Amino acid sequence: MTPPRSVLIVGASAAGLSTAEALRRQGHQGRLTLLDAEPHLPYDRPPLSKQVLAGDWEPGRAQLRSQAQLDALDAEFVRGEAAVAFDAGAREVRTATGRVLRADAVVIATGLTPHRLPGQQGQAGMREPAGMQGPAGMREPAGMQGPAGMRGPGQQGLAGVHELRGLDDALTLRAHLTAARRLVVVGEGVLGGELAATARKLGLDVTLVGLGQAILADQLGGRVSGLLTRAHAERGVELRLGVAVEELTSAGGRVTGVRLATGEVLPADAVVVAIGSRPATGWLAGSGLSLGDGVECDARCRAAEGVYAVGDVASWQHEGLGRRLRLENRTNATEQAQVVAANILGADRPYTPIPYFWTDQYDIKIQAHGLPSATAEVSIVEGDPEQGRFAAVYREDGRVTGVLGWNMPKQARVLRQQHLATQPVATA
Amino acid sequence: MKITVDEDKCCGAGSCVLIAPEVFDQREDDGIVILLDAEPGAGQHAAVREAAAVCPGAAIEVSE
Repeated sequence: MTPPRSVLIVGASAAGLSTAEALRRQGHQGRLTLLDAEPHLPYDRPPLSKQVLAGDWEPGRAQLRSQAQLDALDAEFVRGEAAVAFDAGAREVRTATGRVLRADAVVIATGLTPHRLPGQQGQAGMREPAGMQGPAGMREPAGMQGPAGMRGPGQQGLAGVHELRGLDDALTLRAHLTAARRLVVVGEGVLGGELAATARKLGLDVTLVGLGQAILADQLGGRVSGLLTRAHAERGVELRLGVAVEELTSAGGRVTGVRLATGEVLPADAVVVAIGSRPATGWLAGSGLSLGDGVECDARCRAAEGVYAVGDVASWQHEGLGRRLRLENRTNATEQAQVVAANILGADRPYTPIPYFWTDQYDIKIQAHGLPSATAEVSIVEGDPEQGRFAAVYREDGRVTGVLGWNMPKQARVLRQQHLATQPVATA
Repeated sequence: MKITVDEDKCCGAGSCVLIAPEVFDQREDDGIVILLDAEPGAGQHAAVREAAAVCPGAAIEVSE
């Protein structure tokens, strides 16, 4: 196979940018273009709900690379311009301004679009039909939204209701939280837990609402999620778990609270919705690509001839697991980027990672390697939960499927090497 | 090659240790990166570049 003379990457967040860097490092000398709806230089997302929201970092600290490093890539950056259509056969991307970009190889790295609550955007007339929202990795810059992109409920929908996907979301939320008193966090996943922890640090009264029985119950199982939920309660978070949200209540276009299915109304002057996301594939409708839970790729992360997907948006066949996988975590963005770049340049590498995510909430640092499922049997192998430090091994049918550290990052990594490295979740 | 690490950005994943154990380690108590060799020999360069590339905290900088 002849290496492509030109590569176009759609989305310049962690996955897209890492792919560009890996291409250069692995010897791509041809044209390299990155198209991104974000007006900002590429930035990192994990700090948004923590250091940036808390005000511990000025926003520039979340920037992934300096201008000099970006310049050294010798790439063309098309910023503040969303992709709106794609023809996979022609490898041709059309942007919101009507520009058409084509390349020998195209990489899809458009990330996620947050789910929203009904009514989150205020007036019914302003709500977009499902599936028509712009990709989250490709947000229109504030003030540039057209009628089809009524994004940012803080500005254009119900005032006081937030989501957190991009840097502008984090800054808007931070500005509001410094003035607000009562925050309701909707969602008991990683983002919901981190938001609640940061808001407590900022001194707000926080209530966390979620459908699950515990914070991170789906990701970490009952035992560890129970400890994490208790940690939130001990730090003053009011919890409403195992309960659905009925609606947002409002007066004069501003949110006043959250009504639960139980009938209870939680008063709030700020609400942040963190109920998960979906792959940002709206712009790929009619592209010829197979879209399921994300862009469906083969084991080499190829979606079609000369078309690849990377990061949160990519669903690929994990040869070790023998099934399709899509990971929404930061590590996957950079690890998958290395493999995608190699395959673009002619390698034939299946992508078979050991999944990994971390979350920092208060003084608790959790590291999870592998797939620590909710149904696994959990044994504490080091430390003691009551002392605030431990490491655990997750087993299903006697096989280790995941390892976890709770304020024991190094030990978790060593456990990964002992239990997962030689059988990289491959036996699951 | 010269390596610098930003402890404040390190999330303790240990990806760098998995890739280049002769150059990186982690502190026992909090898992933060320890730079064992800031100017490693040529034999380590490819591994170090990969470690910097995949670091989920974007905490490793390499200048050549």
